[in-house]
Amino acid sequence: MRALTWHGKHDVRMETVDDPGIVNPRDAIIKITSTAICGSDLHLYDHFIPSMQAGDILGHEFMGEVVEVGPKSTLKKGQRVIVPFTISCGSCYHCNKSQFSACPNGLPADNQDLGRQGYGHEMAGLFGYSHLTGGYAGGQAEYVRVPFSDVGPLVIPDGIEDDKVLFLTDILPTGWMAAENAEIEPGDIVAVWGCGPVGLFAVQSAFLMGAERVIAIDHFPRRLELAARFGAETINFEETSTYDALMEMTGGIGPDACIDCVGLEAHGGFVDNIIDQIKVSTFLGTDRIHAIRQAIIACRKGGRVSMPAVYGGFVDKFPLGALMEKGLTLKTGQTHVQRYTHALLNAIVEDKVDTTFLISHRLDLEEAPKGYKMFHDRQNEWTKVVLKPGMGVGKEAVAA
Amino acid sequence: MSDLTHPADSAPAATSKRDAAGETAAQVTKAKGSQVTAQAVTINKPVAEVYGYFRNFANLPTFMENVERIDVHDQKRSHWVVKAPGGATVEWDAVVTDEEPERFVAWTSEPGADVPNSGRVEFRDAGKRGTVVSATILYDPPAGFIGKLVAKVFQREPALQSRRDLNRFKQLMETGEIATSAMNRQQHDEGKNG
Repeated sequence: MRALTWHGKHDVRMETVDDPGIVNPRDAIIKITSTAICGSDLHLYDHFIPSMQAGDILGHEFMGEVVEVGPKSTLKKGQRVIVPFTISCGSCYHCNKSQFSACPNGLPADNQDLGRQGYGHEMAGLFGYSHLTGGYAGGQAEYVRVPFSDVGPLVIPDGIEDDKVLFLTDILPTGWMAAENAEIEPGDIVAVWGCGPVGLFAVQSAFLMGAERVIAIDHFPRRLELAARFGAETINFEETSTYDALMEMTGGIGPDACIDCVGLEAHGGFVDNIIDQIKVSTFLGTDRIHAIRQAIIACRKGGRVSMPAVYGGFVDKFPLGALMEKGLTLKTGQTHVQRYTHALLNAIVEDKVDTTFLISHRLDLEEAPKGYKMFHDRQNEWTKVVLKPGMGVGKEAVAA
Repeated sequence: MSDLTHPADSAPAATSKRDAAGETAAQVTKAKGSQVTAQAVTINKPVAEVYGYFRNFANLPTFMENVERIDVHDQKRSHWVVKAPGGATVEWDAVVTDEEPERFVAWTSEPGADVPNSGRVEFRDAGKRGTVVSATILYDPPAGFIGKLVAKVFQREPALQSRRDLNRFKQLMETGEIATSAMNRQQHDEGKNG
């Protein structure tokens, strides 16, 4: 089959690779109909995530048709499914607490050591996201093997187009959980750093949870425009001093909840960020954490900080004192996707959540390398790229 | 958690900062071995089921990666054939020295073992969490030519190996399968995993 493979920093290629097949009894094989490039795929593209190997197949946002099932799968051939990016067993200690992204059973035992050494515990198995998370082949391909297919995949009713439900695989539940972790109360003012797809879903989710005002922070005008479309006030951090603006806009109190949807590759020429960049480039540190620092500093006393953003390693100048002295609550984590898929599918069907607005470009899977390059280089216009096998090369569809 | 506890506190003896092997050996019947490794894992299944699967030693190679096969002679005696680097194998006879159904089983290797070892695996009912399985293994690092070959398996990272084995045991009991990232059967049979 054809698949998008990683070969190094800014080097991804379409290659012909082995076809997947059933290995374990609960497996299913899915023929991909739509698959997206995630903002977190750019961390792989920029080679910020360790334990990548040449030839790894990327992609953790995908959906398609069931074409083969193992004897213990509950899926049927021909069903259309979305597949959560987390590979969770559904029956361990963590899954029983609906903490699906803490499930240890989807991660091959041989891959558990890295997480144990780095984080104290193994990570969950994820599709197409380095060997730290299992080295599973991802879904930016024609076919993919899906373990625990009786637990993760959600069958999509006929008549709902792919583009409406594709983001149930990751970014929509991630934006939702980000808002849930912010423990929003009616009347709250919520600040969201980063208006990428997760940030924009967090904006929508915050309003649905009763936020009175949402303030969205970014430096790409197109992304701020999208946030404004959902009713958010905006701050362009290149034009405005974010902390000062937030304090004024909240009458000196600060936002009740702050959500960092930026993560380890924060943009911007701030002093701390430049120091972080130097440290990252000289391996003295691994993450640039400007956004979370600012979220903690801006958050009101007794407020909540939610961090769906991806961080991978060790940081310095983390404002631990502010976190304690102001009595903040910090919640974070990889998304427990399976916890939210059913409810969010209903929200989509009932038109409570708009998902397709995000998609700026649709490309044939064969054009995936171009999709990565443009998504990476031109984030203002390329807000979300969906790849469709068999769509036809050169038939690129751009959103109006 | 473990019955093999440290004299100074309630932590397992094998986590002692002083003489972990000595303190553990003192508590294992007919202990053999100067090195110790201990690991615990929680398995979300009833203790009868977990113990039952484990106590049939012929099942162990399904999740113990380096164990090629175990010939069970009778309730007490078994013969172990373990893979070593370079296609070699090491072997020993093991005898159960002490056991209590659904609580623990202890063993020691018989004279002549390529890698003298002994240990104890405990099973504890943990209520809603299922069963806590604690494995404590004492062993002597092998010597000589064979020793150099097996060093990789038994000496360098024995803790790693036993942890991986226990995690595979957990996966098998909880999910009915052992996680693999192999894309298909062929990759799986060629040993690609992760």
